[in-house]
Amino acid sequence: MSNQEEGSKTVLAAQELTKQVSSPEGTLTILSDVSFQVGAGESVAIIGASGAGKSTLLALLAGLDLPTEGYVTLNGNNLGQLDEDGRARIRAESVGFVFQSFHLVPSLNALENVMLPLELAGNADPRKAASAIIDKVGLKDRWSHYPAQLSGGEKQRVAIARAFATEPAVLFADEPTGNLDARTGEKIMQLMFELNQSSSTTLVLVTHDSALAERCDRVISLDAGKLVSDERAAA
Amino acid sequence: MKALIFSLRSFGRELRSGEVLVLLSAVVLAVGALTAVGFLTDRIGKAVARQANEVLAADLRLRSQEPVPDSWREQALSYGLRTANMVAFPSVVYADESSALTTVLAVGDGYPLRGTVRIADRLFGEELEANGVPRPGEVWADGSLLARTDASVGDTVEVGAATLRVSAVVTYRPDQSIGFASLAPTLLMNEADLAATDLIGVGSRVRYSLLVAGNDEAVAEFNAAIEDELPDSLRLRSAEESSERAFAAADRAQRFLSLTAVISLLLSAVAIAMSARRFAQRRMDTVALMKSLGATQSFVITVAMIQLVMVGVIGVAIGSVIGFAAETTLSWLLADIIAGDLPDPGFTPVVLASGSALVLLVGFALPSLIQLRNTPPLRVLRHDAMPPAPSRLLVAGLALAAVAALLYRSVGDARMLVIVLGGIIAIAGALYAVGRGLVGTMGRFRSGVGVAWRYGLANVARRGRASAVQVVAFGLGLTVLLLLTLVRTDLLEGWRQTLDENAPNQFLINIQPHETESVAGIFEAREILPPDFSPLVRARMIEINGTGVKERSYPDPGGEWFANREQNLSFASTLSDSNEILEGEWWPEDYSGPPLVSIEEEAAMETGLGLGDVLRFEVAGQTVEATIASVRTINWDSFQPNFFLVFSPGALADFPTTYIASMRVEQHERPALVELVRKHPTISVIDLDSILRQVRGIIEKASLAVQAVFFFTLAAGIAVLFAAVQSTIDERRFESAMLRALGAKKRIVFSGVMAEFAALGAAAGLLASAGASVLAAIVAIELFNLPYSFNPMLWVVGMAAGIVVVCASGFFAARSAINSAPVDILRGAGA
Ligand SMILES: Nc1ncnc2c1ncn2[C@@H]1O[C@H](COP(=O)(O)OP(=O)(O)O)[C@@H](O)[C@H]1O
Ligand SMILES: [Mg+2]
Repeated sequence: MSNQEEGSKTVLAAQELTKQVSSPEGTLTILSDVSFQVGAGESVAIIGASGAGKSTLLALLAGLDLPTEGYVTLNGNNLGQLDEDGRARIRAESVGFVFQSFHLVPSLNALENVMLPLELAGNADPRKAASAIIDKVGLKDRWSHYPAQLSGGEKQRVAIARAFATEPAVLFADEPTGNLDARTGEKIMQLMFELNQSSSTTLVLVTHDSALAERCDRVISLDAGKLVSDERAAA
Repeated sequence: MKALIFSLRSFGRELRSGEVLVLLSAVVLAVGALTAVGFLTDRIGKAVARQANEVLAADLRLRSQEPVPDSWREQALSYGLRTANMVAFPSVVYADESSALTTVLAVGDGYPLRGTVRIADRLFGEELEANGVPRPGEVWADGSLLARTDASVGDTVEVGAATLRVSAVVTYRPDQSIGFASLAPTLLMNEADLAATDLIGVGSRVRYSLLVAGNDEAVAEFNAAIEDELPDSLRLRSAEESSERAFAAADRAQRFLSLTAVISLLLSAVAIAMSARRFAQRRMDTVALMKSLGATQSFVITVAMIQLVMVGVIGVAIGSVIGFAAETTLSWLLADIIAGDLPDPGFTPVVLASGSALVLLVGFALPSLIQLRNTPPLRVLRHDAMPPAPSRLLVAGLALAAVAALLYRSVGDARMLVIVLGGIIAIAGALYAVGRGLVGTMGRFRSGVGVAWRYGLANVARRGRASAVQVVAFGLGLTVLLLLTLVRTDLLEGWRQTLDENAPNQFLINIQPHETESVAGIFEAREILPPDFSPLVRARMIEINGTGVKERSYPDPGGEWFANREQNLSFASTLSDSNEILEGEWWPEDYSGPPLVSIEEEAAMETGLGLGDVLRFEVAGQTVEATIASVRTINWDSFQPNFFLVFSPGALADFPTTYIASMRVEQHERPALVELVRKHPTISVIDLDSILRQVRGIIEKASLAVQAVFFFTLAAGIAVLFAAVQSTIDERRFESAMLRALGAKKRIVFSGVMAEFAALGAAAGLLASAGASVLAAIVAIELFNLPYSFNPMLWVVGMAAGIVVVCASGFFAARSAINSAPVDILRGAGA
């Protein structure tokens, strides 16, 4: 399942990431000194118990939030040196997201949801590109449906289509099967890996499901905010 | 461009989502309500003012001792105004053998410019509206002139050198209360006959008037243009100076209408503020998502602004249609009150209302929407990630600026604006403080109640700040509605007395002591209740506590005038029922000690007099001294003889006394009055009937207007509160789905939500009752000059209204939330 080659170009690097938040009980360190690099086309699973800091790490990697210390480079850009709009531009150009709770825009239909990142990235013919990818995720007949009219699995398909539509360099997924039953979850993961392979996108997948993690090239595990292991799957 | 496409694409769909719909409804409602109330207040205000102008038979009068130069008439015409001439002079009118001192009124075509003259073809005959003025050669005479001269319709009378035929009896003249003081009967003639009388010459006491009327703006412009150019010999008269009583009623009605306008504005502000808040909050998720997908801040803010503009445009469009329909319906319903020559329903109220709604929308929604751009994209992963709250200074500043700008239009002057705005801020602040306290305490009761109430109260307490904000918003809305109710009740109650059908309508004055028995006899013979006679002694005040009235200083110039003028003193053993003692005590019925006197409150205040002060009077060359034993208020609306100074019985027994009396004489009993003036020609009968009718006309219209505006505002206000409650339903929707997913029965969850609403409603009602009590007292005293009476029912009504309105609107909102399957809601949360 690996399409990664040792020493290929690095697209994503975390350098001594630490995240602290202030809480009523004082400063809380929820991520501490995490460093790693991800090469182009690699698929990485981030695992750990609930509350280990997986989502926090993902948010920092995608530039949704800024670390207290350390920095992230994404596609050659140091996210810490950009302002919010700058980071947004990077996301528009090279990042895709799949969330646990889908996060479709309820007022837009499936096709329009997929068109949204294309339009934000300035695609010349967003409708055509979006239709093509909607077909690929198997929702050809349902493109005009609104999120409220779709099942959980179908919503996640739309979300996946939206994530891949811009052919991002990196795709971040935060527990994409968390809200789905086992069978649907399996199908969704199948779809994601297929698309990932065919588009040679780098995949960063947060999960607490070790079976799912096994299917990635590499597994990074977190515990209480610390990186405890970083293992490549046996080829 | 992208932003525009995105906004347009999603807007249709978002319209169906709660928050856009609620904000849109708030705007629609605001435009509709403001249009209708604005239209009503403007229209009715004008109608009432116009009715009040009837007492002038014109909108303006120019008066002079010399003929009014034609240039003024031409100037009035150039403003598109109508004019009429009137010449008034006293003269003795002869009919056969008898004669009577008469006020002759020579009028030109067009008179009266406002109101109509009513005439009858014989004394006490059936009256009808006169068409025009007496033809040349003819006159219309007062009934009392015919009675005194023993003449009838068809006879001729001599006015100076002219002989004129009486062709009708005047039963009503709109301007008859002008010159009320001259008790002589009047005779209406055509100005063409003036020269033939030969009475107009050097030394004759003639008053010339130019009557002017037309549309309001033109009159105002004309008035402004001539005001400063008038020579000393010309005087301008407006209705206000001419009939204080009629004008006071109209003025109070106007104030009530302004108050209503302010209140509808505040209600609209509450609705828009609540729904704008929710609109911005609900945008956060979409904004976070778009940012995570790479949208920039400017894109996000543009989308939000475009949507706000669309809400504004659509809201104003629908609201205008509703407002216009309301205008048309209202003007049709109120056709009776609204004088015919007022402009038709127009676009002005709609435009003003739309502008106001947009200002409110911007003022309340903008700060939170601008802050949306700072929504952290992290929110897609952590739902509690929020944008920093917009600066409170900005939020409060902009909202206040919006409200202030709009209030200024209805309030008019800066001082009032500061008072009203200060009042609102103080009340909102107090509501918030008490609301927080109340919300805090409520949580503590939850251990002693059932599961539904526990859940409801716990929710109120948990949402502390949000609950308090809701309580303030509902409370403020209820406060103004309660205030309106209170003021309306006071106003109508005050007017009801004036409208009393049994109020006296005839004043008899100058009755000699020996005549009282004979006068009473005339009425008794016809089985009419004879009047009570009040003694009247003319006197001058010469000393107060031993100091001459001229040497003394007074707290008010009115007091100096009062102390120096000729006094009408009276004496009585019992207190008139239109009087009320404020200080001191009324003397016993059989009192016979040293002279005591009771003084009217305002006179006492202005002269700086109080209990125990000693007044010395000069009466017909003798003096009498009396000590002030009580201070009274007088209800002048009672139309009964009343006196500033009333003495204890016996104190004035030795002085020349005449009597005055007031009584009610029905139409069919009027021949008694004819007999009275024939038997006792020195007694003057003042017919108050037509003045009363005039005052009543104004008051009836004003009351009707007040009622109509009140009910409309009440309905609009409740609708607005409804909308406000809808805007708080989201979080409850989600929670109740959760509870049901956990196995709670629908009924329990529903009761819980209702308990929460009931608690909020009760708190809001309680606060509103307190707020309205204080405000009503201020408004009653400052704005309407009405005595304020505390009403404990208000608290019951306030609480009940709070619970009912909030629960009823909560019921509809919560029902849909609770009836949909929990899975839909829970799943919907992760669209
Ligand atoms: N802004 C924050 N404030 C307080 N605690 C936070 C914040 N962000 C994350 N946490 C805490 O940090 C820990 C890690 O959170 P998260 O990254 O969401 O864990 P995971 O995704 O691995 O379940 C949790 O205990 C969470 O409550
Ligand atoms: Mg997580």
